[in-house]
Amino acid sequence: MPNDYLLSLPILAAAGWSVLLIILEAMLSRAALTRVFAMLGFALVGGLSVIGFPLQGLAFSEMLRIGGFQHFANIIFCLSGLLVVALSEKYLDDENVHYGEYYIVAFISVVGMMLLAAAANMAILFIGLEMMSIALYVLAGLMRRDVRSNEAAMKYFLLGAFASGLLLYGISLIYGATGELALHKIAIAIQTGSASMLFWIGFGLLITGFLFKISAVPFHQWTPDVYDGSPTPAAAFMSTGAKAAAFSALIVVVTNFSTLLQNSPTWSLVISSIALATMVVGNIAALAQENLKRMLAYSSVAHAGYMLVGIAAATPDGYSGIMFYTLVYTLMNIGAFGVVALLESKENLLLASDYAGLFKHRPMLAGAMAVFMLSLAGVPPLGGFIGKYKVFAAAVDAKLTWLALAGVLASAVSAYYYLRVVYFMFMRDPVGEAISAPATSSLAFALIAVAVVLLGVFPTEILRITDAALKFAQLPTQTGF
Amino acid sequence: MIYINGLNIETKTTSRMDAQLTEFGKVFLFLLVGVVFVAAGFITSSLIRPHRPYDEKLSTYECGEEPKGTAWVQFNIRFYVIALIFIIFDVELLFLFPWATVFKKIGPVALIEAVVFISILAIGLAYAWAKGDLNWVVPQPNRPKLPEKKFDKPAKKKVAEPAEPAPTA
Repeated sequence: MPNDYLLSLPILAAAGWSVLLIILEAMLSRAALTRVFAMLGFALVGGLSVIGFPLQGLAFSEMLRIGGFQHFANIIFCLSGLLVVALSEKYLDDENVHYGEYYIVAFISVVGMMLLAAAANMAILFIGLEMMSIALYVLAGLMRRDVRSNEAAMKYFLLGAFASGLLLYGISLIYGATGELALHKIAIAIQTGSASMLFWIGFGLLITGFLFKISAVPFHQWTPDVYDGSPTPAAAFMSTGAKAAAFSALIVVVTNFSTLLQNSPTWSLVISSIALATMVVGNIAALAQENLKRMLAYSSVAHAGYMLVGIAAATPDGYSGIMFYTLVYTLMNIGAFGVVALLESKENLLLASDYAGLFKHRPMLAGAMAVFMLSLAGVPPLGGFIGKYKVFAAAVDAKLTWLALAGVLASAVSAYYYLRVVYFMFMRDPVGEAISAPATSSLAFALIAVAVVLLGVFPTEILRITDAALKFAQLPTQTGF
Repeated sequence: MIYINGLNIETKTTSRMDAQLTEFGKVFLFLLVGVVFVAAGFITSSLIRPHRPYDEKLSTYECGEEPKGTAWVQFNIRFYVIALIFIIFDVELLFLFPWATVFKKIGPVALIEAVVFISILAIGLAYAWAKGDLNWVVPQPNRPKLPEKKFDKPAKKKVAEPAEPAPTA
């Protein structure tokens, strides 16, 4: 029993901290103070995950599975939360919606993500997903007096509720087919018997629910509208933290059924074609966008496609590639969204052409933005390249060379719209007066950019950690330390 | 002889068909009988009942209460908040029932966990209270003035005195 608490300490600490934030906000009503405490909380929970990294086992009547994989995912979620909270203050001030509740809801969303990644039982899986999603619906509709924010929240809520319904229906069908809710017990039940049609339908619905959350192609239509209407920092949070969480849950589910899925040619074909469609549609739609937020939204669809290539490869290499990818993607995408949020403010600097001559006025900010754009495009010395390389290499090893080739071509297309922003920033003369932005935030962006570069130059340490982290996710019944 | 034989065969086949009635077949029979029963009741009563329509039979309340206006009126939005807060404790009750059934088996830890659970919900209620959502008197529109510098306490959000007389909801 004490082991259970020790194992799930990061999750318990995060849940406790969110209650603390609520008390703090109720008693003092100071948004700036709640913000500082939220950042402290993210740092604390991330730190606990780092310290507890070697601990692994099943906790609380096999409801939670804690291991290196979950700790790594927790660190990504906390990093995402920390960066988003750090970068949102100016934007919220400008939009006149600087409430302390924003930080509380973001924190609760991270608790949901941690539960989602640590789920060993499909009941917990669903609770984690809902906790994360409902908090995100609130964040999307934060600007109550803005019609487009309301529209974003409404669309996200309706479609998200529909996807949750599909997922829940899938869970109930799987339960009907196997009589179990715990993932590892379902895997055993299927190995001893055989996977019935009922199970496959349920499994398909479950995966569909996840594909909606990561905005893979047949289920991606909500993405641009929601990202466009939501407060920009919240959009950054949805596109990184929530996506990382859905991918971790997807990896946990897929690794539990790995023996079943490796013998199924249909599964491989379905996931490969979804990955292909996601890459193609995301990149081609992004080509046509003038608005930077919509461009980034479609680019996030395309990146979900690259990560799905790792799922299609269905090898530990592929999964470890996805984990590395989500880490890099979190950094570079929050960086890009953060720069957009900083310049957006009231003057509506939203088009790529509005960034003309940014380099002349704010060289540091323009440089950081260039690093994010190049990294998103996957230019070699940067982190984004290593992520793509790992995922595509895993696909080639799994004899999916055509998929890796399609991915490389799609990412070559993506270079056009990323480099267009860089072109405007560096090659054009500025129009209008100088863009004002506080110098401290330029420094923060420069730090994120340095981290992206470092991940590209020295990826081996992180890759060793992701490889080690995956070991436990693959051993279904092992308990203890 | 042949005729009797044929008859025998005939009865045998029908009895075999009876035995083949599946569980779903029984449900179908039940459904069929139900529909026929209700339909027969309606048809018989329409055939034998007297037919004397008059205005009072069409009024909303036959006891004589006159309804005023339409049912589509605007009602106070704060009922919604009250309903939300009610749901918190409704769900709490739902969770405490299964907890009570395993309480003996788990022991003191269960008590601590239930206390933690209830106190988290109580904090939720306290939060709504502190934010002024329980004030029935209309508060000023809740538009906080942003603090001039960090950690500065913002201007008072809630207004203690009613700014205008409370509308009857």
